[in-house]
Amino acid sequence: MCTYSTEKLDLAQSSGKGPEGWFPLRTATVYYDHPVHAPDEHTVNIDFLNPERGPGARVAVELSLDSARALLAALRTTVERAARH
Amino acid sequence: MQHDAILAETIGIRGHADDEIEAYTARPMDGGSRGGMIVIHHMPGYDAATKEITRRFATMGYHAICPNLYMREAPGADPDDAAATARAQGGVPDERFVGDAAGAARWLRSLPTANGRVGAIGFCSGGRQAVLAGMEVDIQAAVDCYGAFVVGTPPEGFPLQVSPLADRIGDLQAPLLGLFGNEDSYPSPDHVDELEKLLQEHGKTYEFHRYDDAGHAFFSVDRPAYRVAAAVDGWEKIRDFLARHLATPGA
Repeated sequence: MCTYSTEKLDLAQSSGKGPEGWFPLRTATVYYDHPVHAPDEHTVNIDFLNPERGPGARVAVELSLDSARALLAALRTTVERAARH
Repeated sequence: MQHDAILAETIGIRGHADDEIEAYTARPMDGGSRGGMIVIHHMPGYDAATKEITRRFATMGYHAICPNLYMREAPGADPDDAAATARAQGGVPDERFVGDAAGAARWLRSLPTANGRVGAIGFCSGGRQAVLAGMEVDIQAAVDCYGAFVVGTPPEGFPLQVSPLADRIGDLQAPLLGLFGNEDSYPSPDHVDELEKLLQEHGKTYEFHRYDDAGHAFFSVDRPAYRVAAAVDGWEKIRDFLARHLATPGA
């Protein structure tokens, strides 16, 4: 499968740490496609990007479907908890 | 005795809009007269695996060149960073790809040992682009390895600049070899059937081979999708197809 399907979102007030240290994040892309490194045929991939700083300004993860579901649940729990703060 | 020497190197060629773009080339060092192959990289980019395929075509006796289709978005970047950037920006526009492929064909024909015949092979997103090259670039053979959206409709909200080619199959000039996995979803066996029907309706020269126990990217030796039987047979089919269509006339 090679769906090319990609969700893209803008990020604000957010930062990531890449090979050259911390940098502000501007966008993220989320997609289910072939990984570069993870040992599976397809993974949920997230690229956190700052296009102004070039292609190397990227924090990338490739998550198995189970790992992505666990992350999603953790994010939901954390975001809901944060809303009550 | 044959020495099997090849030269592999990165060069600059003129692509779309006369832009200078990076390309990886591999070519036999023997003399003679030979055809050329344009290798179109897959969506993960101009990577080590694609360069290895480019060298393989040189060992098969062809001049081979792989243009870096992501160079404008990401000059000098790691292939995975370049692919992520290209994806975030919507992918490679067809018009630009065609210009880059035409530049690669010009470069191949400029070699002193070129016989003037050129083919193109593409994997994954490059499979669709190989079909597109067969419509818009002067090539004599096109090889589509599991290219999605030659036919079929991209999903809603689809961010990439890719449109199906179904209504343009009549424009295909080059003979087409298609290699597909029956467990693939994009393209699915139904998509492959639809493409085959269109090729028949338009009287095009083509041959398709479909493999059981193989899905998308079965040629990828460094991925779990690799399927030995399909890949070995697929390379034989490629060798045979190119020998028929890129051989030096009268040789």
